[in-house]
Amino acid sequence: MPGDSLNINNKATAQNTYDAIVVGSGISGGWAAKELCEKGLKTLVLERGKNVEHVKDYTDTTLNPWELKHHNNITQQNKKDSPIQSKCYAYNEVSKHFFVNDLEHPYNQKKPFDWIRGYHVGGRSLLWGRQCYRWSDLDFEANAKDGYGVDWPIRYKDIAPWYDYVEPFAGISGSREGLPQLPDGKFLPPMEMNCVEKTVAERIKKNFTDGRTMIIGRVANHTVKVGDRGPCNFRNKCAEGCPFGGYFSSNSATLPAAKKTGNLTIRPFSIVAEVLYDKDSKKAKGIRIIDAETMKTEEYFAKIIFLNASTLGTTAILLNSVSDAFPDGLGNSSGQVGLNLMDHHYGVGARGTFDGFEDKYFYGRRPNGIYIPRFRNINEKSKRTDYVRGFGYQGGASRGRQSFGDGIGEALKDSLLEPGAWSMAIGSWGEHLPYAENKVTLDKEKKDKWGLPTLDIDCEFKDNEMAMRKDMMNSAAEMLEKAGLKDIQTYDSMPAPGFCIHEMGTARMGRDPKTSVLNGYNQMHDVKNVYITDGACMTSSACQNPSVTYMALTARAADHAVSELRKGNI
Amino acid sequence: MNRRDALSRVALILGGTVIGANAFLEGCKPADKKTGDGQGGSPSLFADTDAAYLDEIAETIIPATDTPGAKAAKVGAFMIVMVTDCYPEAEQKVFLEGMKQLEEASRKKSGKSFMESDADQRKALLIDIDKEAKDYMASKKKEDPKHYFRMMKELTLLGYFTSEPGATQALRYVQVPGKYEGCVPYKKGDRAWAS
Repeated sequence: MPGDSLNINNKATAQNTYDAIVVGSGISGGWAAKELCEKGLKTLVLERGKNVEHVKDYTDTTLNPWELKHHNNITQQNKKDSPIQSKCYAYNEVSKHFFVNDLEHPYNQKKPFDWIRGYHVGGRSLLWGRQCYRWSDLDFEANAKDGYGVDWPIRYKDIAPWYDYVEPFAGISGSREGLPQLPDGKFLPPMEMNCVEKTVAERIKKNFTDGRTMIIGRVANHTVKVGDRGPCNFRNKCAEGCPFGGYFSSNSATLPAAKKTGNLTIRPFSIVAEVLYDKDSKKAKGIRIIDAETMKTEEYFAKIIFLNASTLGTTAILLNSVSDAFPDGLGNSSGQVGLNLMDHHYGVGARGTFDGFEDKYFYGRRPNGIYIPRFRNINEKSKRTDYVRGFGYQGGASRGRQSFGDGIGEALKDSLLEPGAWSMAIGSWGEHLPYAENKVTLDKEKKDKWGLPTLDIDCEFKDNEMAMRKDMMNSAAEMLEKAGLKDIQTYDSMPAPGFCIHEMGTARMGRDPKTSVLNGYNQMHDVKNVYITDGACMTSSACQNPSVTYMALTARAADHAVSELRKGNI
Repeated sequence: MNRRDALSRVALILGGTVIGANAFLEGCKPADKKTGDGQGGSPSLFADTDAAYLDEIAETIIPATDTPGAKAAKVGAFMIVMVTDCYPEAEQKVFLEGMKQLEEASRKKSGKSFMESDADQRKALLIDIDKEAKDYMASKKKEDPKHYFRMMKELTLLGYFTSEPGATQALRYVQVPGKYEGCVPYKKGDRAWAS
């Protein structure tokens, strides 16, 4: 009878209805889930990949190199299955199960673009580099001042309390330095520089009059316990998952906090096909998913939707969510969805050897290095005529061992048993301007195995980045030289966009609905109950590693969303 | 990997309890498990006797001294695994051909097979070949393959220093350091950290 099926449908709808849905479980999705659950909302997290249970599923990370078949080297088969992922520094024999199989998850490179992805509960929060640097108004005002992109709808004062809020929970170690371009945060005790780094830091300070400084990296490894997490045990195997919970991940931190409320439901193997739009209420009413394993579709409903599927994942969902109201993709009345793709450009710097400290060594494998905050274009004195914006350096000194030597036999063996000279390398991370023509679109002809259109990615670095790179390389060599290093060599490996794994933009925040997708609270201008707080929201890229900014924006947006919900505005 | 059960059910986690977890988690384990004994490799590339032959080559490169040598570290078996799984086909060919060339060179130099040779004869032979490899590597074009002995030497050093005896006896190894200290005393003769 018709009545029966209606009844069943109503029941199914009720079962599939939550207060909030979060798409994605990486760094920003995990934070959205935690905040929404803690504010009392029944929250469904949709994750396209498998479940990864904290500690239990960090398979093999406690094994010694000799207990791994290839002593932690990667195979030809790995390269064949994942030609892009396997190039990533964090990809090894143990961590490889946190990277996608490229053949199963195709995309189309209109220009070279290395898209590094982890499809599982926790996403790339398991794999990330963990460097955490606040932005300052130098960054939030940049677009308005030099005219690239549109103005950020927020300033440092808007986000500062939210950095304050997320940092203690994220558990970021670092030193307070009082630098205007890199504001201090609420840090755990800093890690230690080694003797060469301390010396180089002193010499940089002495030899450069522009306030240039070298500090210990600010990193989401817990130097002391954070709740029941950590501390870091200095194995430097973070990307394999940490059995000590020594660094921040969704799996170790935000998802357990969300779970504790009793309000969290996670549904793995849920590939989001589209956001369902209701033209009468002018709001999103839910999400249609395809079960990654059964290929069946299912619909889930909620009052608030957070898209945290990663920059390009989120944008692909928007572009695929077409309706009469939004023929070009959900919330895309501006035409900006998919445009202004950014990454950081990196892989350029210098290295050298250090004479001295032969009587000093180190203990432990520090999962962190040093940081040299931006010193170009930060004031009138440091203004460049050859490019706008700036860059920072990461790096470190160490005392390595020769891995190859002359001859054979006892003499060869003896020559390889002791550490050699200290050496130091610094590499630069530079800002990538927002260009409208760096974009992604859907290729509806080429579909993946779930029948969803694949992404065409068309992105490049341009003249400003290239001019900046020259300075990035030369300044690295100059600093090492003035710090007394010898045999200085410069390098520029010129990785393709994407490879820095800081892809950003494509659904930017802005003041004007005509030129931006999201408002100052990461809320869609066009669809008020949809929030986007992953990298897609970024209006510019700055040069700092972006994750802690995603965390702060997410907590701030969740606060706004729940407040709007309670006021009856969404 | 058995994903059959996983395919038949919706994997939901409710409040932290995973329904069907055992079934689908089985699918996430990496395909390559530890072997511990270092055995492995495809019989189509290597003969049964090759591990022992490569062990002796490796032992000549990294002999037992006051610490174990490459043979005790089972570097022969490691080389077979690495060449089989991690080398591109062209390099596999060079390596396999090189095993024959080394044997021929041994017969030519001493009239004995490498396995029949004593330690001094093996060493004398490999000193020659190492020199040949070094000269070749210095003069080769970029696109030319590596010399086979360079491959053997690299794999020996890699395999040995990441083996248990190599890492823990020849070098120093702490699995879980627990802390970082950036400036500790060092005196000449102290061993380097493995990895």
